[in-house]
Amino acid sequence: MAHVSDPATADSVLDAKPENRVWKKFRSHRSAMLGVFLVAFFVIIAVAAPILPIQDPTATSWSAVRAAPSAAHPFGTDEIGRDVLSRLIWGAQASLMAGVVSVAIALCFGVPLGIAAGYFGGWTDTVISRCTEALLAAPFLILAIALAAFLGPSLGNAMIAIGLSATPIFIRLTRGQVIAVAAEDYVESAHAIGLPTRKILTRYIFPNVLPPVLVQATLTVATAIIAEASLSFLGLGQQPPAPSWGSMLNTAKNFLNQAPWMALWPGIAIFLVVLGFNLLGDGLRDALDPRET
Amino acid sequence: MMRETILEAVNLRKHFRSGGGLGRTANTVRAVDGVSLEVHRGETFAIVGESGCGKSTLARLLMRLLDPTEGDVLFDGRSIAGLRGRTLRDLRRDMQFVFQDPFSSLNPRMTVGKLVGEPLETHSPELSARERRAKVAELLGRVGLRPEHAGRYPHEFSGGQRQRIGIARALASGPRLIIGDEPVSALDVSVQAQVINRLHDLKEEFDLTLVIIAHDLAVIRHMSDRVAVMYLGQIVETGPSEQVFANPRHPYTRALLSAVPEPVYGRAHDRMALKGETPSPSAPPDGCRFHTRCPFATEECRKRVPEMREMAPGQGAACHHAEKIAAEHGSPVAVTGSGRSEGAERRFAMYAEAIADRGA
Repeated sequence: MAHVSDPATADSVLDAKPENRVWKKFRSHRSAMLGVFLVAFFVIIAVAAPILPIQDPTATSWSAVRAAPSAAHPFGTDEIGRDVLSRLIWGAQASLMAGVVSVAIALCFGVPLGIAAGYFGGWTDTVISRCTEALLAAPFLILAIALAAFLGPSLGNAMIAIGLSATPIFIRLTRGQVIAVAAEDYVESAHAIGLPTRKILTRYIFPNVLPPVLVQATLTVATAIIAEASLSFLGLGQQPPAPSWGSMLNTAKNFLNQAPWMALWPGIAIFLVVLGFNLLGDGLRDALDPRET
Repeated sequence: MMRETILEAVNLRKHFRSGGGLGRTANTVRAVDGVSLEVHRGETFAIVGESGCGKSTLARLLMRLLDPTEGDVLFDGRSIAGLRGRTLRDLRRDMQFVFQDPFSSLNPRMTVGKLVGEPLETHSPELSARERRAKVAELLGRVGLRPEHAGRYPHEFSGGQRQRIGIARALASGPRLIIGDEPVSALDVSVQAQVINRLHDLKEEFDLTLVIIAHDLAVIRHMSDRVAVMYLGQIVETGPSEQVFANPRHPYTRALLSAVPEPVYGRAHDRMALKGETPSPSAPPDGCRFHTRCPFATEECRKRVPEMREMAPGQGAACHHAEKIAAEHGSPVAVTGSGRSEGAERRFAMYAEAIADRGA
């Protein structure tokens, strides 16, 4: 055949098996790898907290209240003499968990509801969309505070509250994407070959709406980490004396003049982990898009 | 010629509502408005018409990708209207669709192997994964692709190749009838010939019936046995292709044929330019729908809707004055065999070349 062109590509990405391709593309994405590195760094620190040679994050010391960084306390101490470094490391657990778990909750509820609303339309859509709009009418943080107060103060309840508050964003985003994707010819081609609805949803709709949802999810992890900080500040999240970055930051703001290191380190940590998740999400989106090489 | 009917449309109508809402009246777009047709087993049936005449809607109604507002479609003498579950699945196996745009009709997140294997998985679940892969490789070979292409994604292929992937996918379930919604209009002319010839061969090989929607008359003439001409949601003329092309009875068909730049005549001819725009299908004119643009229109055309009448064996036209027009103006395209334009010669040579190419 004259016209069956043979794209003689020696491209390592194109020649890879499909399941390897996403991974290869992701690996060659520099900023994504930086994101992976940042997130992995904090995850490892959080997981390894119990075995790291650091001080007890709850041990107070009246001889070193708001002490500047020194050999004994490399990141300084806080207002009741607790070591900032060890609180930062232990706090990574609460912050990362809060971010990831609450977004996972939001995805679990938001994506299926969004797909149902967008794909089936009609009454399903009306009911789901009106409820979503009602939830969106309340500001994200106010809703989370109300839910957390209703559920009772604990880190777990804070995650549920943040997750449920973030759900409407995912319902809306998913619904819009589904409506766009469902109008594509390839979805009609799935109807034409008689594919059952379940498979149309899982093979055609879901993978094609996923990338923007994933990107939104990484952004929301960042929002959720900050929301957890706010809830902790109000006493609705991580319970003292257990540390979280948010509660550290919120205490530190009273001592910005006297002990800036108290605010600096948790601030940097939040910044880096949020940046890491964003880079990760961007890289993931590029890698999952088969049209981009 | 076999005369057994495989697919029949009975007075099909599809009206879409658009707009409307608080204080505004909704618009009803009559995309397909009373179409009846019969497709015989083993033939290639073409539906032609300009953009917006309802061809694609008609194709989707025949496939039951859309439900008609009124009327019925019979496949093998059985109504497809109420089918669900198992019987609908059987219909999907027997009747397949080739889409117009090969760039948007393949799921970008599935490999070619999965795309072509999917109908097999749906309709022949008894096949093992290995048997399925073998069948996919065979199908890819049939459409002129290589088995190792199965692991690639659609975006790695050219338009013509993608359209052949679409054809392989349509063939996979072992259908008896394939409907092509302008299957080549998105492709280059040289690739068009190739895809059309491929379709034609596959039709012989798999004993298929083809229904081809098109607006390119050269394509239709090349491959179809019978043709139906559509205007504003209705069929205005139908008959054997050669006969309709040589001796069109409806003024719209005459206009369409005289607008084709290449066909058969090299000398000057009276090109029948139509006045005005196609009326909106949401407010079709009374009487004959074509009267607003027809140079032969009379008072009668404005008032009375013309019936489809038999003009010659197998050929029908919906025009009050068909006989008179034919008598006064003769055939607009006198087929004399010679005198093809240079462009047409080149194009026909290209088709022939593609056939020879494939044989080699």
